[in-house]
Amino acid sequence: MSTFLWVLLAVIVLLAGGWVMRFAGQKATGNKPVFRDMPLAVAFGYVLGAALLVFGAWYYFQPVESEQGTPIAGVIFFRWGLHLFAVFAVAAWLFRLAGRTIGTDATRKLFRKMPLTASFGLLIILIYAILAIFAPLLAPHGQEQVFAQANIVPGGNPALGGNPDFPLGTDQIGRDILSRLIYGAQNTVGIAFATTVLAFFLGGSLGFLAATLRGWMDQILSRAVDVLMAIPSLIFSLLLITVASAWVSGFGLTVAMVVIIAVIDSTRVFRLSRAVGMNIVVMDYIEAAKLRGEGMRYLIFREILPNAMAPLLAEFGLRFCFVFLTISALSFLGLGIQPPLADWGTMVKDLSALINYASFAPLAASVPLLAAGAIALLTVAVNFVVDWMLNRSSGLKD
Amino acid sequence: MNAVLKIVLQRLALGLLTLLIVSIVIFTAVNMLPGDFAEAILGQGATPEAVEAIRRDLGLNQHPVVRYFQWLAGTLQGDLGNSFAQANFASFVGDSSGVRTTVAQQIAPRFANTMFLAGVTAAIAVPFAVTLGILAALYRNSVFDRVANVSTLTSISSPEFFLAYILILFLAVLNPILPSLSNIYEGMDFSERLQKTLLPALTLTLVVTAHMMRMTRAAIINLLASPYIEMARLKGIKPMRVIVRHALPNALAPIINVIALNLAYLITGVVVVEVVFVYPGIGQLFVDSVKIRDIPVVQACCLIFAAAYILLNLTADILSIASNPRLRNPK
Repeated sequence: MSTFLWVLLAVIVLLAGGWVMRFAGQKATGNKPVFRDMPLAVAFGYVLGAALLVFGAWYYFQPVESEQGTPIAGVIFFRWGLHLFAVFAVAAWLFRLAGRTIGTDATRKLFRKMPLTASFGLLIILIYAILAIFAPLLAPHGQEQVFAQANIVPGGNPALGGNPDFPLGTDQIGRDILSRLIYGAQNTVGIAFATTVLAFFLGGSLGFLAATLRGWMDQILSRAVDVLMAIPSLIFSLLLITVASAWVSGFGLTVAMVVIIAVIDSTRVFRLSRAVGMNIVVMDYIEAAKLRGEGMRYLIFREILPNAMAPLLAEFGLRFCFVFLTISALSFLGLGIQPPLADWGTMVKDLSALINYASFAPLAASVPLLAAGAIALLTVAVNFVVDWMLNRSSGLKD
Repeated sequence: MNAVLKIVLQRLALGLLTLLIVSIVIFTAVNMLPGDFAEAILGQGATPEAVEAIRRDLGLNQHPVVRYFQWLAGTLQGDLGNSFAQANFASFVGDSSGVRTTVAQQIAPRFANTMFLAGVTAAIAVPFAVTLGILAALYRNSVFDRVANVSTLTSISSPEFFLAYILILFLAVLNPILPSLSNIYEGMDFSERLQKTLLPALTLTLVVTAHMMRMTRAAIINLLASPYIEMARLKGIKPMRVIVRHALPNALAPIINVIALNLAYLITGVVVVEVVFVYPGIGQLFVDSVKIRDIPVVQACCLIFAAAYILLNLTADILSIASNPRLRNPK
């Protein structure tokens, strides 16, 4: 209850501060319209923002260790977060700058009007792609390699129980966490990507087929998709994985999961590609192609597909995020990507207990968050890029 | 009013039909499993006679279509069958008054817990999201709008468990305000129960708020270009009043729709969040049953999730029809 009172007090103080600021502004500027017409809520917002900035700056310069030498974890996490944010912002800015000067005319023009969030997204996607492709070269150890020393503390400082060979420590059975994080890019992202491609192949071709053929074929497919979409996708995939787990296990179950999620997700792709296809098949050039006597395959892949590319590409990004999050959630529940493959969702689950040590070992607690953050970072990046693409293609400004 | 009633009845019938077909899909999927209930409880060393006896006892030797209708009839009467995990051989061959744990007994308290969690989440998330959306529309393209845009996009994109662990880190470990484990039991008083539910509810709030807020903002901004808003503005009405009194009522249909859809989304999100916080809800039961392949429970949970999902989507449909004045007052 006292927390509530503190919040109330803070709001009242900030409101008073806002009123004073507006009043002072009116007096100082001779009643300029900016201050004259400013509602109290806006003044409150400015004061709140300023207060948060001041508090952040004050908190940033707090000591990281108490007088007894124990770490103050809150300050440490705050500093890390701020540093990470600054590094990402600068990297995105430099990346955009590089894109504006290097490359062909077309790519330079693309980078010129790009917002910082989009260039950040592109940079992150690029880094993940490199990590995923060159994982065996970049990782110091193998993903399945088990070492004799389990549960080594991250940090690589022997005085604190670390080991320089394992900068992020080892997990409960002695596998190097850094290597598994890097291999996770290959497995988690790779499997999600393959699943999305499969879903698009299935949903896209069936959707275009339904749009071109119409009639009973369209009816059957659409009604089947309606039924499949009526079941929440995570629940349905869990049910089907239960069924699949009676037949296969280990790597086979991973493959089964890929197929199951691809089929469930292809229903969403089907909806979109059918709708887009419907608009295209009534065009004159399709009629012309039909009159030329072109076959169904030519119609779908050479006439419809190129014209439906833009919306499908944006959908591909969003679908990838969705599939990626679903697979991570399934792995987190222990039902997705199966060991020994390293994967981020499983790592979060296995290492999650470390969070409870956050107040005296901040570095150890950050390890499970690193794996979870790796998932979040990629989806955020893809979303930023898709947002920018949609904005660009629709010309929306507001 | 007649036209609306007709459409609503149509939608209701369609929803029931969908639910029926979904139940067939679930039943078929589960029946693709090798082995059956009798083999599962008796284990591998069962004699064929014993297996046959239980099959006869439970009617498993009948045709799948017959069994489907029996299952459906049982479900409609609240009898969801018996759990594998709690079943043992003795309870089946001995007197039937023995200690059989039915699925319904297992699910009922957990279902109530999940509903409580969803209710707390909705009570926090809906007002929060709509207020944020209105503010973002009011101060569009300002610093506030951009910050809200980027942070909601980030929270949409994060996996539920990431948000959950971040909240645990800051609200349970570093500043022990709320408990990180939600051990709810029966007979708990309301305030304690609320306190233990708050952290999972906050996680779910973060997950669903983003989408609702963005849709509220988009729905209002869509209307701001229309002539009657221009008129209101030229009359000299304050911007906040223009939005709340003039734009909001017309933007209500898409907003209600997205709220209902997000509550439906809660159903999926609840599974992961319940596992993180060890919250004794139906999602956790579902995951546990999937792991030990407790088929009757999986089947029942799946049906409940699907029913809730369909029901919420149906509600969204009906509410958006009902909030459309053109449909309510036909010429």
